[in-house]
Amino acid sequence: MYDKTVRRRRAVLALLVVSSLILLTAYFGESAGGGLHAVQRGVLEVVSPIQEGASRALKPFRDFFGWAGDTIHAKGKVKDLTKQRNQLYRELTAERGATQENARLRGLLQLDGNGVAAFKPISARVIGSSPTLWYATVVIDKGSSAGIRKDMPVIAADQDNGGLIGKVTNVTGDAAQVTLITDHTISVPSRVVADPHNNKPPRNTAQSPTGVLQTEVGKPNDLVLQYTTRNDDIRPGDSIVSSGICSARLQGVYPPDLPIGKVTGVEDAGTDDQKVNVRPLVNVRRIQFVQVLSKRVNDNKPSGCLR
Amino acid sequence: MPALTPPLALRLLVLGLVVVLVQVSAISQITIAGTNADLTPLAVMAVGLLCGSVTGATFGFVAGLFVDMALLQTLGLSSLVYIMCGYGAGRLRELRDPQAGATPLVVGALATAVATIGFSIMNFLLGVDAPVSFLLLRQIITTILVNTLIALPLYAAVRRWLLPALPDDPRRRRRRAYTTGGLSPLSRA
Repeated sequence: MYDKTVRRRRAVLALLVVSSLILLTAYFGESAGGGLHAVQRGVLEVVSPIQEGASRALKPFRDFFGWAGDTIHAKGKVKDLTKQRNQLYRELTAERGATQENARLRGLLQLDGNGVAAFKPISARVIGSSPTLWYATVVIDKGSSAGIRKDMPVIAADQDNGGLIGKVTNVTGDAAQVTLITDHTISVPSRVVADPHNNKPPRNTAQSPTGVLQTEVGKPNDLVLQYTTRNDDIRPGDSIVSSGICSARLQGVYPPDLPIGKVTGVEDAGTDDQKVNVRPLVNVRRIQFVQVLSKRVNDNKPSGCLR
Repeated sequence: MPALTPPLALRLLVLGLVVVLVQVSAISQITIAGTNADLTPLAVMAVGLLCGSVTGATFGFVAGLFVDMALLQTLGLSSLVYIMCGYGAGRLRELRDPQAGATPLVVGALATAVATIGFSIMNFLLGVDAPVSFLLLRQIITTILVNTLIALPLYAAVRRWLLPALPDDPRRRRRRAYTTGGLSPLSRA
């Protein structure tokens, strides 16, 4: 009797482990259009309305904890902000010209409403997100029925900033999966926009270094701009924007000039191995609404590309 | 070891769905010290402690599938990790039957550690190129701490939900008999 129970227990365990391994192997082996992926999308299709309902029902709960977290965070920020305010007062007189400069930069980055509106943004609510560091993904409540397609870029804003947060990687009728820029599978061709206030020693303003922005798994707040050269003068405070792709054969996923982050530091500066650390503008773990850019403008090519 | 009766299976199914939905829709978006709580390993641990190794492992497998389906993640990965949590908690109950009130707390912390570290190891094995950064370790430790704090109330809630479908525990029956006077030495007088 005891042997039978032990054998049964071991058999069930073995069956479950083998089933998991088979699922894992099959999932990895098949393409995105394969059977298991299709089943997964089908299940999401069924579950997404429930998920959306749960997300709405649990919003007060989320907001309460968000408020508590914000309060603690805000208390911690008071000292920093007071210091920052004093510095800003000192700089105010010298920064009269900054308005003009700012307008020029806004035009450059297409941050104004018209810039984003041209991409026909579709607003969506975040209804699910992964609890682990290993999958930087969120599920949104709009899908192909709202005009969302795979590989469309996604932008979002938190209380401080707004910018590119990722791209659509899976779509069902009424839901879509957005893989965030903090996921290891995402690379964004990017460009550095110099911080106009950080010009000591003077630098060549015509230069606009480019690279590929990626993340390191386990460092969700730290992106790395790769493939820069030793001659690229990149400094903390510089902005990182998407560069678009100037290629006749390749299609860029991300439109040019979408803000992504700010340079926080440069390790081994002036060498070919220099590592440019970038902090995303948007806290991707706390976004509640996103906008999917559904239209390609100028084939997502930056201005100045030869046709 | 309680048999997996239809009412128990139904309650486990509902529990799995609710835990995954709440986790995915709310808890994952509440950050505490840069990370968030993970209810799933705690629920799997609670089921293992209450229902035994086979039911715990099966619940872990199904809960893992729910998580991977709801988030379009690699199928089978969460299942594999949660099977270990459920089976481990169940075997602890079968072999040691711990009675201390802090058992869910300790086992919850262990289950979370197994889940987070197991998940990391599986991802490394699958070829995800990731440095063992301080931040990664810090987030794993923070998740374990946060989960430890909520392990007891979650265990109590799971126990309350499953109790009507669980076969009568001999220990509970004895205790009830004692408190109602059935086995009390005073009743003999």
